[in-house]
Amino acid sequence: MDVLITQILNGLDKGSAYALIALGLTLIFGTLGVVNFAHGALFMIGAFCSVFLQRLLNLSFETIDATKTDFLGNPLKVKTPYVESWFGPEMGGAIIDWSVPLAILFAIPVMIAIGFIMERGLIKHFYKRPHADQILVTFGLAIVLQEIIKAFYGANPIQTPAPEALSGVATLAEGIVYPVWRIVYFCFSVAVIGGVFAFLQFTTFGMVVRAGMADRETVGLLGIDIDKRFTFMFGLAAAVAGLAGVMYGPINAPNYHMGMDFLVLSFVVVVVGGMGSLPGAVLAGFLLGILESFASMTQVIELIPGINQIIIYLVAIIILLVRPRGLMGRKGVME
Amino acid sequence: MFGLDKKDTSLLWVVIALTMLAPFILNPFPTGSGMAQFNAGYPDLMQRFVIFGIFAIGFNILFGLTGYLSFGHAAFLGVGSYSAVWMFKLLSMNILPAIILSVAISGIFALVIGFVSLRRTGIYFSILTLAFAQMSFALAYSVLTPITNGETGLQVTLDDPRVLGVSATADGSIPVTNLFGLEMRAAYDLVVGPWTFTFSVGYYVCAIVMLLAFYLAIRIFRSPFGLMLRAIKSNQQRLNYTGLNPKPYTLAAFVISGMYAGLAGGLMAAMDPLAGAERMQWTASGEVVLMTILGGVGTLIGPVLGAGMIKYFENIFSKINDNVLHSWFSFLPDGIEDFIVLVIHPFVGKGWHLTLGLIFMLVVTFLPGGLVEGGQRIARALRKKKEDEPKSPSTEPAE
Repeated sequence: MDVLITQILNGLDKGSAYALIALGLTLIFGTLGVVNFAHGALFMIGAFCSVFLQRLLNLSFETIDATKTDFLGNPLKVKTPYVESWFGPEMGGAIIDWSVPLAILFAIPVMIAIGFIMERGLIKHFYKRPHADQILVTFGLAIVLQEIIKAFYGANPIQTPAPEALSGVATLAEGIVYPVWRIVYFCFSVAVIGGVFAFLQFTTFGMVVRAGMADRETVGLLGIDIDKRFTFMFGLAAAVAGLAGVMYGPINAPNYHMGMDFLVLSFVVVVVGGMGSLPGAVLAGFLLGILESFASMTQVIELIPGINQIIIYLVAIIILLVRPRGLMGRKGVME
Repeated sequence: MFGLDKKDTSLLWVVIALTMLAPFILNPFPTGSGMAQFNAGYPDLMQRFVIFGIFAIGFNILFGLTGYLSFGHAAFLGVGSYSAVWMFKLLSMNILPAIILSVAISGIFALVIGFVSLRRTGIYFSILTLAFAQMSFALAYSVLTPITNGETGLQVTLDDPRVLGVSATADGSIPVTNLFGLEMRAAYDLVVGPWTFTFSVGYYVCAIVMLLAFYLAIRIFRSPFGLMLRAIKSNQQRLNYTGLNPKPYTLAAFVISGMYAGLAGGLMAAMDPLAGAERMQWTASGEVVLMTILGGVGTLIGPVLGAGMIKYFENIFSKINDNVLHSWFSFLPDGIEDFIVLVIHPFVGKGWHLTLGLIFMLVVTFLPGGLVEGGQRIARALRKKKEDEPKSPSTEPAE
């Protein structure tokens, strides 16, 4: 039983990342009808937002402490981050410690801006082109974004540690220990997903967007500028992917190709959930995450060797063949 | 000639001339001169040009004609490499049986994957092929280690049986790949003044195979079968209504392009007898997509051009480092020189991927027909200019 719960928990944090990325992908696909291969890159940029903020907060000046000497006998140089000198060592230290959660605030406007620029500058011109062209141009964009990040931050992964208070492990019940940050990540993703759904369900803006997803032409005929709202949705989807990336940093140190690694799986998730279905994307994300973690149990691997590597793809193939629309796909979308 | 019309024959002759004279064409700069690093005429790179050319020609038969975008073609290339290396291990170092086996095995592999994947179209097809390729990649790394040798990659060793050949040569080293005694590694250097041209057996074997593959591709493009594939691309629904089942045709196209990929993989192993799982990763599949689009999808020569361009970038463009840049711009004042080098720096050397991505985006956006379309546009523009000035005093003969 304990093993079972641990495996479900293990699956949930990976599943959260899948669900968040797949949710953004589906938002873009459902509203704009664009297959965005650069979505993984947005996830990666989000993760690097927190790297950037961490570097920024750690900017420091050097002072010479005459009372101490280093091993060569010279006066010791002490580095003090600007933040600490402005807010005092305690407050400043706390700010640096909490740089990852703070990066959320920083990442939201940055990601929305990037989403706007992407949509207005590039994607806009591809609405009328075939899906293959959209895939190709966003694939090219993903390479460009990835290389830009690589040019700035190098090819090695960069650690972004979680705040002191949220690192370490928690004992959930007798015999079940689990890293705190992963629980935080899960709760965070549930909150974001809930937020997006609430936004679409309970606001007038969201209602119009949903109407536009169902029948774009009619909404346009009613005199609503649906394009503007869809542009905003693109920004929102970019922000969701970015937030998923920011918070994923402490679980896996960000590197420039993390987006590509997640992209393939996220597309599989979207297809399994059903193109254009938001609940399907979330459901499939968690489901595949949990399945993957069960498949990596030693007992299962002993039974079917290698299953942990291929389970997601295997499930995707079976679902695509048995249930072509995916788990919750709507009729008439991408058939 | 060979059952081709006049235009295709001349195209074939151009390609034959280019591939046969490649050691000269790709070596325009004298050895030892400052520009020598841009020479691409060394055997290893030339082999890669033609091998990836074959890969892209095959991919184009599927994507260019039927419009099915496969994101898992590298799997067939990997399978081809593995089968070829196994042939070197078990049978002999002759490349002929190895290549035949790699084409056959990847054909069977493509038949199975294609049979399942082709039940869906559009993005679903792309995802299915991607899923199959990633599965093969993951399995090659983990469970299939006895066959694929996992992360190390499959290599020929001294204690392989090689029933028709020898396990080790007289001096105790691993025998090299050959074609009935003609060693792939053998090369002849021709020195003309300051230039050195290398003629390698391996390159010419690859080039001849590529020419055969190219000829076959032309025949497929011009055949009724090719016409049927184009019909599938332009309107599959209408084809269904006329009472034709497109499935056998798409499956045939998929298997043919899988066999081309297998041929490329086999040749790759024949030039350098090792095979690794990273050849099957989806980024490798993405690369062949880039090549085909960049060159011109659906055209005959496009994929070969695209493959050549990307491989040139990968090997030559990536060598330009800051020192080279400084030497180029050294005639400028120091400040400006440093600034220009600083601006160019992210785009060359290790950053060549960035340039590639940018070029690719520009091509997809503005030139959906790739380099070939670009060439055609330029040609058309030039011709128009000539027509506009019919009384120009030019003495050049009209085209």
